[in-house]
Amino acid sequence: MRHAALPFLLAALAAPAAAQDSNTWSTMERGLYLFRLGDCAACHTIDEDRPMAGGLGLPTPFGTIYTPNLTPDEHSGIGDWTADDFHTAMTEGVRPGGERLYPAFPYTHFTHVTREDTEAIYAYLQSLEPVMNRVPDPEIPWPLSMRTAMRGWNLLFFDDEAGLEPAEGKPDEWHRGQYLAEGLAHCSACHSPRNLLGAEKDGPASYTGGVIEGWFAPSLRSTEGGEGIGDWSEDDLAKYLRYGRNGHTAAFGPMAEVVEKSTRWLSNADAAAIATYIKDLPYDAPDRVEMEEVSADDPVMQHGERIYATQCAACHGIDGEGVKNQFGRLAGSSLTQAENPLTVVRMVLEGARAVPSDKYPTPHAMPAFDWRLSDEDVAAVTTYVRNAFGNAAPAVSAETVAEIRE
Amino acid sequence: MTRILPEREVVVVGFGWTGAIVAEQLTDAGMDVLALERGYWTDTSTDYAVNNAQDEVRYRYRDELFEDLSRETLTFRNEVGQTALPMRMLGSFLPGTNVGGSITHWNGQAWRFLPSDFQARTHNTDRYGTGIFEEGMTVQDWGVTYDELEPHYDTFDKICGISGKAGNLGGEIQEGGNPFEGPRSSEYPNPPMRMVAAPLKFADAAQELGYNPFPGPSANMSQAYTNPLGVQLAPCSYCGFCEKYACGNYSKATALTTIVPALMRRENFTLKTGAMVLRVEKDRQNTRATGVTYIDTEGQEYFQPAQMVVLCTYITHNVNLLMQSGIGEIYDPRTGEGNVGRNYAYQAMSGASVFYDDFAVNPYVGAGALGQVIDDFNGDNFDHEGLGFIGGGYIAQWQTNGRPIESHPVPEGTPRFGAGWKRAVRDNYNHTIGVGAHGAVMSHRNNHFDLDPTYRDAYGRPLMRLTFDFRQNEVAMSAYLTDRVAEIARAMGGREVRVNPMTVPYDIAPYQTTHNTGGHIMGETPADSVTNKYNQSWDLPNLFLMGAGNFPQNPGYNPTGTVAALAYHSMKAVRDQYLANPGPLVQA
Repeated sequence: MRHAALPFLLAALAAPAAAQDSNTWSTMERGLYLFRLGDCAACHTIDEDRPMAGGLGLPTPFGTIYTPNLTPDEHSGIGDWTADDFHTAMTEGVRPGGERLYPAFPYTHFTHVTREDTEAIYAYLQSLEPVMNRVPDPEIPWPLSMRTAMRGWNLLFFDDEAGLEPAEGKPDEWHRGQYLAEGLAHCSACHSPRNLLGAEKDGPASYTGGVIEGWFAPSLRSTEGGEGIGDWSEDDLAKYLRYGRNGHTAAFGPMAEVVEKSTRWLSNADAAAIATYIKDLPYDAPDRVEMEEVSADDPVMQHGERIYATQCAACHGIDGEGVKNQFGRLAGSSLTQAENPLTVVRMVLEGARAVPSDKYPTPHAMPAFDWRLSDEDVAAVTTYVRNAFGNAAPAVSAETVAEIRE
Repeated sequence: MTRILPEREVVVVGFGWTGAIVAEQLTDAGMDVLALERGYWTDTSTDYAVNNAQDEVRYRYRDELFEDLSRETLTFRNEVGQTALPMRMLGSFLPGTNVGGSITHWNGQAWRFLPSDFQARTHNTDRYGTGIFEEGMTVQDWGVTYDELEPHYDTFDKICGISGKAGNLGGEIQEGGNPFEGPRSSEYPNPPMRMVAAPLKFADAAQELGYNPFPGPSANMSQAYTNPLGVQLAPCSYCGFCEKYACGNYSKATALTTIVPALMRRENFTLKTGAMVLRVEKDRQNTRATGVTYIDTEGQEYFQPAQMVVLCTYITHNVNLLMQSGIGEIYDPRTGEGNVGRNYAYQAMSGASVFYDDFAVNPYVGAGALGQVIDDFNGDNFDHEGLGFIGGGYIAQWQTNGRPIESHPVPEGTPRFGAGWKRAVRDNYNHTIGVGAHGAVMSHRNNHFDLDPTYRDAYGRPLMRLTFDFRQNEVAMSAYLTDRVAEIARAMGGREVRVNPMTVPYDIAPYQTTHNTGGHIMGETPADSVTNKYNQSWDLPNLFLMGAGNFPQNPGYNPTGTVAALAYHSMKAVRDQYLANPGPLVQA
């Protein structure tokens, strides 16, 4: 018998209906599926040989915190947690003993996860090999180092009672998508802007894009051209999640890792449900202004065009058309025209690597150009691609490039 | 101290084109496959990014993709009786190294051989009598036929996404293709490359002279392509950096761009780099290979036991591994005995340059297999009665490149350096078209490999010795082909023509082609070959040898298509028969 059996049994008594099959093959399989959907390993696994042993340092605006060990080790992991404890941590951000978690752990999303689902994830985690690994304490200056301070943060930004609002007239698929996207998949954790205290902006500002690990996670709202993924169909989005590619672009940067570790495991039905929900997000951000394209006669555009023809056109095509499922299409691309040029500039400077999958095994990559293009060159060519082929977006300055290059 | 590793089902030695084909086919059949590669890991996006792949100094002149001759090389002489000397610089051919092998730097001219090429002895005897063969010529039949290989040529075409136009579909001659080719079961998977001015000028002249020009079959992509393994290739950008270079645009079919990305995802496949195989080990009774001995980059030696060993190294190294391992008898030209090292052959190249005053060629718009070809003088497509030779070659205008360091054609009489040379380069760079003949080399009793009595490699093994020269048949054939080249060149309307005949004796120093063949040839009986028609060793039935070393002689085409078709043909027999019943696939 596993050492976790006793607390587990108690938990089962507490919630008999959900727990009846907690230890079965199918529960653990479902737990693994949900665990992947939550992309838990992205933060809790740093060594593939010791999965979920934690210890990843997360640089937050307030200091570094280290992800906990979620293996069933009794001393350093969660071997002595009950399913109740796990559910409380997931949905309220509170550990057994009352210690509050920092919101780098997305309990503001996981609060939507049902008891049945946390139970399955718990069952899966308890089936892992226990690893003894004490993770370092957070390096956060006082007063935030007092975890009780999170009580105040929670008062401002977190309501564990608030459920997901059912929308009238929306199909079940939409609701399933809402449950997954707002909950375990926590899409808006990256794709929404954050306020000064590190909380996601909500309402119309949510899903309008955010900066994560120095990349701009684009808006997921469906506008006409420009920002957002208005030019993607639901099927395009579902394919992107499943395979890391669609006819428009490939996943790269942090999203490549999300596809690799998480969304590629989505069932077709769940990928479609998330796409249905995301594609239905209304676009009503108030501060959106129509972009006016930089004139083709502008000397910067002409400089950019020359660079584009010699450095970029071999793959992306002279008209920015790209090669379907191989080289990104720039004409009409929301990413290229995003108001924040961070990603497009980084792509040119550092290059990017698409994540290979069974469906698209070719590991396509864009090479780095930082060693051969000056700040002025990068500014010119990014301004060009943002304003050629029918695109329109603000010009990029050499100063902006210099800052990003730092 | 040699470390002994756990046994594997299949060990593949050398991880280039055939290594990838064999590993893909056998892992697909559920086998556990380990590939050992002496070089290091490479892939398109990491090593050959599109913004640094086109570097002439780094790749062509500093040999970055080629093998390191300071560790192992071969010695060379033209004639039995001469003293061979070690090749200290790459020249006549360019063996590759690293994951992907030599094919990473090919041009992409993807041919099938003619049906009659596989019966060179019986076909020519039937048509011309035994008198057609030069004294000492050791031409023989392959033991495999075009019809047997056709499905495998077809597989390879689809894996690569070959661009071209069929000339013979199921026996029906097709307009615009090669009317001489063997029947194909399907059209090329991609349409021909987009033609530029020079090949079209060649095609017009050839047509006027009554020949049958067609677009050359190309492993450069004429459009985006996804192969049956799901691996994607992108449209060629005609940058003119194919041969001697890796393609940075995913536009040239190679092991890396067609098979390796899918293969690396398979859990029953393992690749070990930095593993230099020194020899194949066999049991005391000389009945089977027991595995291979290799050395890693730290000098540690390992014995890797295996149930089946497949040699997929460069032609010369496959032959060398047999010799170093004492498998079979090394050929002796004096007695004619022994088969290992016998029937080495190469390629007979010649050409002509047409110089124009005004006609703009734009040679920098190029691709390795962008061209127009005639096959009217290849194989036995023309009557050889009274010509004094057998075989032939194709004649083509390939617009492969205008690379600035390598490519500066100048007319006859131009000074070799100085202001006069510079002026001539300036005047002619954009106004010259090259036409070439790509001729066969028939095997001859004096052309062969054996072990050098003097020189040794970095591992202490004797170097392999190559003895080769063009013989009477090649000289006569090449002279005939060069005359045809000159006729077409003169019909192309230029100011002047410079003819470049094949030079004799053969010189190993200048680059010609990378088409070495023979040395472990296939055939119908163990008396005159090393492998049977399935590339299986006659001596050790669990040892298979891939590559052009199997060719009994070298027809007038680039070898890659046939090398691949033979590999798929072999693997089909392994999957269908050998795995259930490991033993000889052909009873001797």
